[in-house]
Amino acid sequence: MTSLTRRLLWTGVGAVALAAVVAGGAIAQAPAVKIGLLATLEGPFAAGGQDGMRGAELAVKERGGVVAGRKIEIIKASSDAKPDVAVNATRKLVEQDKVDIMVGPLSGSEGIAVKDYSKTQPGITFINGSSGAQATTLQDPSPNFFRFNTEGAQWMVGLGEYAYKTKNYKKMALIAEDYAFPYSQVQGFMTEYCKVGGHVTHKAWVPLGSKDYSSVIAKLPRDVDALLVVLGGADAVNFLTQYEQAGGNKPMVGGSITVDQTVLNFKGKRRESLLGTPSAGPMADSYDGADWKKFVASYKESFKDGFPSPSLFAYVYYINMKATLDGLDAVKGDLSGGQAKYREALKNLKLKTPTGEIVLDENRQAIGTTFVTEVAKAADGGFYNKVVKVVPGVNQRLGMSKAEFEKVGLGSRDVPSCP
Amino acid sequence: MSRFWVWFWVVVIGVPAAAFVVWGLADNPKLFLTTGMNGLTLAALYFLVASGFTLVFGLMRNVNLAHGSLYLLGAYVGYVVGDRTGSWLMAVAAGFASAALFGLVLQVAVFRFMHGEDLRQTLVTIGLSIMMADILLWIFGGEIYQFDPPRAIFGRTLLPIVEVYPTYRLVLLAMSAAIGVLLWWFLNRTRVGMMIRAGVDDRAMLSAAGVNVQFVFAITFAIGAGLAGFAGVVGGTALSIAPGEDTRYQLASLVVVIVGGMGSVVGAAIGAILIGVAEQFGLAYAPTYSVVFTFVIMALVLAFRPQGILGRRA
Amino acid sequence: MSAADWRKAMNAGAGRYAWAGGAAGRRAAPRPAAPPSPRGEAVGAGGTAAWARWIARRVRARHLLVLLAVLVYPWVATPFFTFQIGAQALALGLIALSLTFLAGYGGMVSLAQMTVAGIAGYMYAIFATSGTDISLRWPWGLAVVLALVIATICATLIGWFSVRTEGIYTIMITLAIGVAFYYLAQQNYSLFNGFQGFQSVMTPAVAGVELRAPIPFYYLALFWSLAGYFFVSYLLRAPFGVALQGIRDNPRRMSALGFNVTAHRVAAYAVAGVLAAIGGILMVWYNGLVSPGSVGTGWLINILIIAVLGGMRHPIGAFVGAIVFVLLQNFAVDLVGRERFNLLIGGVFLVIVLFSPDGMLGWWTQARQYLRTQLNRGPAAAPTQRRRQ
Repeated sequence: MTSLTRRLLWTGVGAVALAAVVAGGAIAQAPAVKIGLLATLEGPFAAGGQDGMRGAELAVKERGGVVAGRKIEIIKASSDAKPDVAVNATRKLVEQDKVDIMVGPLSGSEGIAVKDYSKTQPGITFINGSSGAQATTLQDPSPNFFRFNTEGAQWMVGLGEYAYKTKNYKKMALIAEDYAFPYSQVQGFMTEYCKVGGHVTHKAWVPLGSKDYSSVIAKLPRDVDALLVVLGGADAVNFLTQYEQAGGNKPMVGGSITVDQTVLNFKGKRRESLLGTPSAGPMADSYDGADWKKFVASYKESFKDGFPSPSLFAYVYYINMKATLDGLDAVKGDLSGGQAKYREALKNLKLKTPTGEIVLDENRQAIGTTFVTEVAKAADGGFYNKVVKVVPGVNQRLGMSKAEFEKVGLGSRDVPSCP
Repeated sequence: MSRFWVWFWVVVIGVPAAAFVVWGLADNPKLFLTTGMNGLTLAALYFLVASGFTLVFGLMRNVNLAHGSLYLLGAYVGYVVGDRTGSWLMAVAAGFASAALFGLVLQVAVFRFMHGEDLRQTLVTIGLSIMMADILLWIFGGEIYQFDPPRAIFGRTLLPIVEVYPTYRLVLLAMSAAIGVLLWWFLNRTRVGMMIRAGVDDRAMLSAAGVNVQFVFAITFAIGAGLAGFAGVVGGTALSIAPGEDTRYQLASLVVVIVGGMGSVVGAAIGAILIGVAEQFGLAYAPTYSVVFTFVIMALVLAFRPQGILGRRA
Repeated sequence: MSAADWRKAMNAGAGRYAWAGGAAGRRAAPRPAAPPSPRGEAVGAGGTAAWARWIARRVRARHLLVLLAVLVYPWVATPFFTFQIGAQALALGLIALSLTFLAGYGGMVSLAQMTVAGIAGYMYAIFATSGTDISLRWPWGLAVVLALVIATICATLIGWFSVRTEGIYTIMITLAIGVAFYYLAQQNYSLFNGFQGFQSVMTPAVAGVELRAPIPFYYLALFWSLAGYFFVSYLLRAPFGVALQGIRDNPRRMSALGFNVTAHRVAAYAVAGVLAAIGGILMVWYNGLVSPGSVGTGWLINILIIAVLGGMRHPIGAFVGAIVFVLLQNFAVDLVGRERFNLLIGGVFLVIVLFSPDGMLGWWTQARQYLRTQLNRGPAAAPTQRRRQ
């Protein structure tokens, strides 16, 4: 044997011996639980995705990075709101990085695609991130996909009645973007609004991504009492500016993502007319519950580079990750037997969140609380969303029975309809 | 085209168009005229962006697919400058200057060495557009930014029939017309403009005539890019800036130049009017199929006059 | 065409007017098809021996090695690597191959190849079974055939629109057509189901074998990739392919020789359309869904990146580019952070276009030539030195 070969041989032996010692030592402790975390870190939702990751990390931090004696290992992945990219990222986390539990994704259509993928991996548990499409748990639900956050339609329950009875808006016109999330929001609002006698006489579905609302504004009818605007915050500012310039003067009812910080800081001439705009959602910045205040303080302290107040994405990722960890706690970290015990624990989990208690229905969809808010002026002159009504126990069928809801169907451009 | 065909097209397109106009005015004159004005103002914006693109393409045969990125670059730089100085006019100037400078650097540092390799230059612009879009997203994030123009031009004007119309759009229309005239004067009444027009017709002959072709190319690229940056600030004030706007205006320029003809600024104006008006009327009267109208116009032009309405066959 | 160009065209050989133009073009021109050897024709009477001799002449050790490697790959790689890396690379490579065929050998850079693939995917989803109500739920074989036919017809139409102006204009027109289809798919709800697209598209099972399982799907993609590759290689030597390369180099001369230049070009688009359509159906089976995002500008340009990355000199370049692209896409998160993937891929693309327009194949060829000169220089130097003494 040459000296080089001999040297290589001894190095090899030494490496194997070292590896055996290390592995032996590692096996002695309980293995870390690997949790995959998927959010949209590219494209227009990037800011929301980042905040979602912060929310999930906060849930991990609250437990000190350990659950049931096992270390928590988070493996992050990113998508760009396209379902095929989300499935590729999920598949990599599950099959290549071998995570035990998967948390994500962020947007609605990604959620449906990941739910389909979860059916091919029965041994892994999938928990939602913030995707809010109705179809994920109402159409072809997957037995190992859990959603601990309420979805778009549930977020609007309570607002329809408030708009009709308290604000006296008998006739409204709708402006919303033409895709699944606004459909669900409109269904959540109109199911109640039409039942108490309201009329939505005009529906303007704006193509996705368009920022030019001039033709939509030109076609708005004059005889409505208010406009239901289900646009993202920044698009809503665009809309308000163009509406004001075109001479419009009707008050507004906002969707869950409409009346956010950008709209509250609107500097247009009609700023004062924003006061009193009602909206609804799963959380409210100014809610004065003790748990909520603690959550906000904890977010602000842990993330100096975050938003002034946790966004919707941070909150929803937080409760889903909290549910993941609470479930692990309940089974004492035992993920054996194809995670059957863990799933059973998740199904029966009564999750304590900063806004109340959440339980799951038979499709593993959350039943939770919705807040109705109104824009008010604070002492320092700035605007904020004041909580005016709290609606607990909102379920995905919006209070209807299974047969009733199936007759109506999922929200779409024409469903529901009450001109 | 022979006289028969000219009359044929006038009838086939003109008669339904006239019928539509009559119906629209009778049915809801306010909506019709507002949509018409919206179409013209959108056309003004498209013209600003497309004129730079068509100049660069016509003269240097460089399909600059980073033109939309230049729009966005000008818009962001303009926003930062406007935010710091508080002056919207400074923002506009900064938008123009930054994009023009960037375009100049590109031409002198990169494209000059690829003289004659048209396709390779185009591929470089594709790579650049991808990188620029991501870098801008990295720096400015995914949020939407609004400009803060002076109150005087950002209110509303009272007009007959349409009643109220945003003042800013009228200002945009006026600005665009002014720039169009300026561009026409530059191309048709100055020496450099004459060289550019000659180059669009025959590049090799221009070089043979002793003109410093690289100098002309550099000026053209700088103007084309500057126009895109200027449009970025001006358009961003009307419609806000966000990632994804670069792709939108890039595609609009493509379609306008295909329809109007490559290398022709007047063609860009005509194309912009056709496309802008078609888009707005589509959005107002048949929202889910508005893109189909634009596409049909483009397809018709490609089928019957592939070089565009005012383009020349190479 | 200017006078100087005309003179150059009349006096130059095939390589002078390659698609890249100028100096790089001369380097980039793919080798023209080798003429059949006179010896081969003389013994044409021994029919069976001719193809065996052809194989013996053309096939090298490295070809056999690569073939063996791709055949054995799923048995040594994990299911993840087989499915997400291997099969996806093959399907994307097939679509990029259609672009390489059109651009490298036809001189027409079309950004609408992914559009054709997307049309095939959408048509399959509409005719076969999926989670959306619009799907007709016809037998999958019928759906596949219909999808291929419709996509090829669309590809021919796209070609007809694009061929009547000169080469550089093709990029603009095909990009505009591709984006028009994207907006159509996004805004139309009755046929294309708008923003949501088609989810839960069923992949068929053949003779009890579930085609979406990693190993069967990999072999399916491999079969079609090999079929596409050999078909393109054959076509490039056939009269059609040779005429196409002639049209790429000098359309005026070909027209003067009596070839119908427009018809040839449109036919090339149709052939490329078939390849892209097959790739599109593989992609819709791989993803299990099709949405406007699958045919957006991002993907249109990604296919171009893949083709340029690998190199357009040889059909294998498309697959090389696809493998590199898929690896970067999946493992960039470990290097740079998935958020900056676009920056990375744009940068790599820019580097390739600036410094090696022939892509990775160009580097490979240069490396081989360098090694060859190094190996040859050793023994060859000695006799020269002796003579000098």
